[in-house]
Amino acid sequence: MRFALAGNPNCGKTTLFNALTGSTAHVGNWPGVTVDKREGSYRKKGVKIDVVDLPGIYSLSPYTPEEVVSRNFIIDEKPDVIVDVVDSTNLERNLYLTTQLLELDAPVIIALNMTDVLQKDKRKIDTEKLSEVFGVPVVEISALRGKGLDEMMRVAAKAADSPRKGVSFAGENSGISGLYRGAYALYEQAGVNNAAFRAVKALEGDELEKNKNPRIVEQIERLCEEGTDYEALVADARYKFISSRCKDAVSGKKQQVKLSKSDKIDRVLTHRIWGIPLFLIIMLAVFHLTFSEDFLYLGAMGAIPEIAEPTIWNDIFGNGAINAPGTILFNLMDIATSRLGEVIAGAMPEGTWYASLVNDGICGGVFSVLSFIPQILVLFLFLSILEDSGYMARVAFIMDRAFRKFGLSGKSFLPLLMCFGCAVPGIMATKTLEDPKERKMTILLAPFFSCGAKMPIWAAFGAILFGGSHRDLIVYGMYVLGIAVAIVSAILLKKFVFKGEASAFIMELPEYHRPQFRNTMVHLWQKLKHYLFRAATIIAGATVVIWFLTNISFTFRFVEDQGDSILGQIAKVFSWLFVPLGFGMGENGWMFVVAAFSGLIAKEMVVSTLGTFAGMEEDALEVEEGQLLSTALGTLVSGMAGGAPAAFAFMAFNLLSVPCMAAVGAAYGELRSGKQIWAAVGYWMLVAYVVGALVFWIGTYWWISLILIALIAAAIGVKVYVDKNRKKKLSLGGGAAKSGD
Amino acid sequence: MESRLDKLRPGQKGVVVSIDGDGKVKRRLFDMGLTPDAEVMLRKVAPLGDPIEVTLRGYELSLRKAEAHAVVLEV
Repeated sequence: MRFALAGNPNCGKTTLFNALTGSTAHVGNWPGVTVDKREGSYRKKGVKIDVVDLPGIYSLSPYTPEEVVSRNFIIDEKPDVIVDVVDSTNLERNLYLTTQLLELDAPVIIALNMTDVLQKDKRKIDTEKLSEVFGVPVVEISALRGKGLDEMMRVAAKAADSPRKGVSFAGENSGISGLYRGAYALYEQAGVNNAAFRAVKALEGDELEKNKNPRIVEQIERLCEEGTDYEALVADARYKFISSRCKDAVSGKKQQVKLSKSDKIDRVLTHRIWGIPLFLIIMLAVFHLTFSEDFLYLGAMGAIPEIAEPTIWNDIFGNGAINAPGTILFNLMDIATSRLGEVIAGAMPEGTWYASLVNDGICGGVFSVLSFIPQILVLFLFLSILEDSGYMARVAFIMDRAFRKFGLSGKSFLPLLMCFGCAVPGIMATKTLEDPKERKMTILLAPFFSCGAKMPIWAAFGAILFGGSHRDLIVYGMYVLGIAVAIVSAILLKKFVFKGEASAFIMELPEYHRPQFRNTMVHLWQKLKHYLFRAATIIAGATVVIWFLTNISFTFRFVEDQGDSILGQIAKVFSWLFVPLGFGMGENGWMFVVAAFSGLIAKEMVVSTLGTFAGMEEDALEVEEGQLLSTALGTLVSGMAGGAPAAFAFMAFNLLSVPCMAAVGAAYGELRSGKQIWAAVGYWMLVAYVVGALVFWIGTYWWISLILIALIAAAIGVKVYVDKNRKKKLSLGGGAAKSGD
Repeated sequence: MESRLDKLRPGQKGVVVSIDGDGKVKRRLFDMGLTPDAEVMLRKVAPLGDPIEVTLRGYELSLRKAEAHAVVLEV
């Protein structure tokens, strides 16, 4: 047996799905977290039932691609029962979808979710009355507290045994009932299933139905009156039916007069003046707590004395300043992995090739990824709390105006924000955007938002540049650079590629609620699993491959100097390409080129590849025995021929280039066109190259920025001049037309 | 008095009379509950002056002034 969970966005379907199947799918407090269907199974007393979690929809008239996913599944895959999940705190709008689901020829049960919240408000829903109105079973549940779930499954299983014919309350109870019955009869005669649903869709002029049954729809259209808005009539009839028949079903009224807690919080966070500064401060605070080596700037204020002979405790908690929690965790993990590395190295016979493979290759690569996991988790902890509380949906509301300038809407903020975690779900979340132009543009911008896998690069380079001070600012700066590039890129794309009007922005704002501890932990656990899995598979595998390629020559001999190895030889041929970016310069330039290219496979590879090189280069670069891996890396980076500007250019290139193969795969899944995906990959590489070069040249010769500013000013000047002339011409032309009248 | 949703002041209420225009946006506005006789209240305007937040049918909806202009109200 297979049950489908359908319902409005943010009504708790995924929470219910997790509770039923014991799965740990990500739940968020904004509409549209689930963008694809998800399957799991419910097991109880030897019974196994497949459960499908569908993306949230407001209506079966698909407006966005995710709504198409839900509609197609319900109609084509014919689940045994549709469990209509209804947010009982928002009954009226949720039942609007119910009236549409009931038009289908399938057993339906209504699951009233969040009844515990309703009880707190001293309100109650008369389930018997509701069941009578809609003619299907109604059960009360609380997915979050796990209440009523077994009862719900029992009722659903029972409903599966008796087939149900679709009923249209809107069609039957409105001014168009005669027309509806005629349309219904046409479908019945033709022997098409879901007659009630199709009859209504045909009247509404639904495109998908027109393609499916063109002949019947044509017949129905002939019956329709010209100029009547049947879509409006149907929607109106649905809401009228709900408000007239279900009014008595709810007892107690939502207190509208008194400001709820949610309203009070909202007043501050979306304040006309403080809203935007607060958002920036909150984000800066998150980065400070995660990356700072001078927590609350106590060290800068001179509150913490510096110790002349630092101990291991100073390595962990800081010297002359206190580290932020995220940095402390990083230090602990870094020390732990490097100690472990020493133990492993001590157990191996020195000088053998396999010792080098294990120590420099696998340990060097994998440990450098592992040591960043605590810090990544801290960052995600904060982002997850902000998301779960409902604040992120408000940020979309605050920022929409700004986003519209770039041809996007506040809604694309959500997918782009997810890209800070990982570009793959971020790109997949573009399904929630209704406008294809906006969707493509959001996908193109996605990699510019620094994902979790890139963070080790910033953290490692941040720890090295400027002697390790201002590390939080360097990391924050990379995030800001990514955003700045995305903005400029969006303006250019809107101007030259995706011309035309911005799409609409119509979005539900969920109520604020206290972040769920379980929810947050589940989210973090998933991230942890994801990283460990990647570290153990792709990264470990790729480091081994890179180790071999950097230790074996074209004649299959072990090399003394890595420059003679297969990868070294290839990179040396191509490293001149990266001389304009600074990091291709010098004797070790090819190492950075290899690292940057390994980053195209997965960004975690960048630091692990450099870590591998640093480990092997230890002798050459005179690193003291027993020093931390990050120190060996530090020597490699601070020895760059192009200096600090080259290091920043290297970071910029990694920030903006193809994020990873998985993201390219996700982008292909959304774009569905070979030509477009190649254009996207080319675009990312071009932007990375150009910005990388700019960073290097401005970093090396600051006066270049003056030339750039002059050029931009000149371009704006020319544009203003041209616009003025055009306006003059237009007004002249307009005047001529008027006189012609 | 007839007005439009984008013309309301924060805290002001109105009842939906009709929705102008056609196509997907209009359909979406219907789906979100902006149908004749629905009561709406303007909650607030975003810091940058657009979009707006309205309360209707017991929930909060955010939409831009351009879309809100299509909603004809009786205030």
